[in-house]
Amino acid sequence: MAEVTYLEGIRQALFEEMERDPNVFCLGEDIGAYGGAFKVTDGLLDRFGADRVIDTPISETGFVGAAAGAAHMGMRPVCEMQFIDFVSCAYSILTNYVATARYRAFLPCPMVVRGPSGGYVRGGPFHSQNPEAAFLHTPGLKIVYPATAGDAKGLMKAAIRDDDCVLFFEHKYLYRRIKEELPQGDHVVPIGKARVAREGTDLSIITYAATVWKSLEAAAQLEREDGLSVEVLDLRSLLPLDDEAIVATVRKTNRVLIVHEDTVTGGIAGEITARINDLAFEWLDAPVKRVAAHDVPLPYAPQLEDFVLPQVPDIVRAARWLAAY
Amino acid sequence: MAVTSALASDPAARAGLSRDQLLEIYYWMRLTRSLEERLVNLYRQTKVVGGLFRSLGQEACAVGSAYALRREDVLSPLIRNLGSMLVKGATPVEVVRQYMATGNSPTRGRELNIHFGDLQERNFVGQISHLGDMVPVMAGVTLSFKLRKEPRVGLVYVGDGATSTGAFHEGINFAAVQRCPLVVIAENNGYAYSTPTSRQCAAERLADKAVGYGIPGLRADGNDVLATFEVTKQAVDRARSGGGVTLIELMTYRRKGHAEHDNQSYVPAGEIERWAAENDPLDRYVERLTGEGVSVSELEGIDARVVQEIDRATDLAEGSPPPEPRDGLLGVYADPPSAAALWYREGLRTAVEQHERPASWGTHDG
Repeated sequence: MAEVTYLEGIRQALFEEMERDPNVFCLGEDIGAYGGAFKVTDGLLDRFGADRVIDTPISETGFVGAAAGAAHMGMRPVCEMQFIDFVSCAYSILTNYVATARYRAFLPCPMVVRGPSGGYVRGGPFHSQNPEAAFLHTPGLKIVYPATAGDAKGLMKAAIRDDDCVLFFEHKYLYRRIKEELPQGDHVVPIGKARVAREGTDLSIITYAATVWKSLEAAAQLEREDGLSVEVLDLRSLLPLDDEAIVATVRKTNRVLIVHEDTVTGGIAGEITARINDLAFEWLDAPVKRVAAHDVPLPYAPQLEDFVLPQVPDIVRAARWLAAY
Repeated sequence: MAVTSALASDPAARAGLSRDQLLEIYYWMRLTRSLEERLVNLYRQTKVVGGLFRSLGQEACAVGSAYALRREDVLSPLIRNLGSMLVKGATPVEVVRQYMATGNSPTRGRELNIHFGDLQERNFVGQISHLGDMVPVMAGVTLSFKLRKEPRVGLVYVGDGATSTGAFHEGINFAAVQRCPLVVIAENNGYAYSTPTSRQCAAERLADKAVGYGIPGLRADGNDVLATFEVTKQAVDRARSGGGVTLIELMTYRRKGHAEHDNQSYVPAGEIERWAAENDPLDRYVERLTGEGVSVSELEGIDARVVQEIDRATDLAEGSPPPEPRDGLLGVYADPPSAAALWYREGLRTAVEQHERPASWGTHDG
């Protein structure tokens, strides 16, 4: 078994689901002959033809809306945002039309909106965003953000099969940097279930996407240098959040650090903190802490980007403070 | 681009419609107008929840265009397309229940006025308030027809105001490139809320926007129901035979305010009265029918039937129960179908309480 990258995991999922279900089709900018800006859809056009791999005009509202209409009719569209930053162009139709369709009109919207997200790649303010929190309080949407190649594949398959609209955030820093052997056969990862990426007993880091890897690195360092046993919980799904897994890790370690790459104010860490308050306050031995990006647009220069985004030393420092509390 | 003419002057042509069909069109127009008048009564009795929207003076646009569709074609109405929805099979009782926000309204009290649809049986889809959004949605509905090689057509309505939105542009452009079997009708009724069309768009004709999308743009008299039928039929036939998208501008006039609360202070004096006196779509159609030998008593018979139906619908709706508050939590997601949306108020706590509580709360004292 060859190892597969995070990007290839997504590509395999698209291939397999399009083979399996003739209702699945892809649409987005430059996804056909070019294979997508990051080559996620490379080869799809040759295999499935232009009817099922549609190069669209530059019009996120147009083709996300079209995806919704096709989804009402029983199709399962997968929309690519060339960069997830441009999902803001479709924000209105996603939040007002798509997310409400089932509730207000009993119309199914089985569709996926996917795209490269996140920073650490010197992409500057408009090719590095993490807009997941902007959708977190939109009932009717689901949000996933995998950290591993296996989860990227398995969650994509689950997202395509899901009967609601799933926003699928792909971390571009991870696309070609991580690899793993994937299980044989139909590998599907359920939406809404977190994953313990590392077992520990002294404190928990709750995180997702690229910062899973930063947190694992920090955890290894903390074990080496401080003898701390750090648990890392990879959320994988952000909407719905896996409250049971969050509560379980709080009960196990009684100290929680939430790490995300998105900016701190209004980031998902705030919601997770509130839920821990609601559900597991009595189990805490220390305040819930968070490590996140500074509240600025993401700058381009390496010195600036590195300073703004959460790094391993930031996580280590916060974890030490928590452990000593 | 071609501009459609009004109906051929030869009465025998009758837009290819039989006498029964001509009378049916009259029935739909009358039902639309009378149902709205009944809703005004209910509104004045404070039985309507929220606002009330009228299509007075625009019934020909709605009915004539929808009448050009087949049963399997999908229609996406806007707020002044009650007539289109009735033609597609929406019932008066559904409309009254929607306006009264009853628990058994088509949307179970979740959505207002004529924001409802039925894609399973009757092939019309519910609108949302964001103008223009239904254009890309219908581009997708009709894209599915194209991909599946189904000989079906979609019809989506926008107002003059909605043609200014990005969604309108993106949707119609996408559909045009994909040659989707879609007909886009822009009902130019002179005003978007209080804004006259001249402040909405510098172009002389909304139909001219079609040039920029590489599709035919047609303009017709929206207060002549048969001209409306004819121009829509032409576009529907083109769409069904693989000819792609058509933009139609229907010239009409909104005789009431944006909604019932709007006093129309912005309308020049005499304008409404002139349209009412000289260009009422129902008056014009009655004149036409009687000119072709339909008796007044025959039309009065239809009027009586309409009143009966509306009476029955109102009685049924007035006896309807209000929604069950807890029902408002259901059905946000497909799975689980009955999961309550408000997890934090109740429910989740119990899931967590299945675990045993510890003897002491953490390690803090006090």
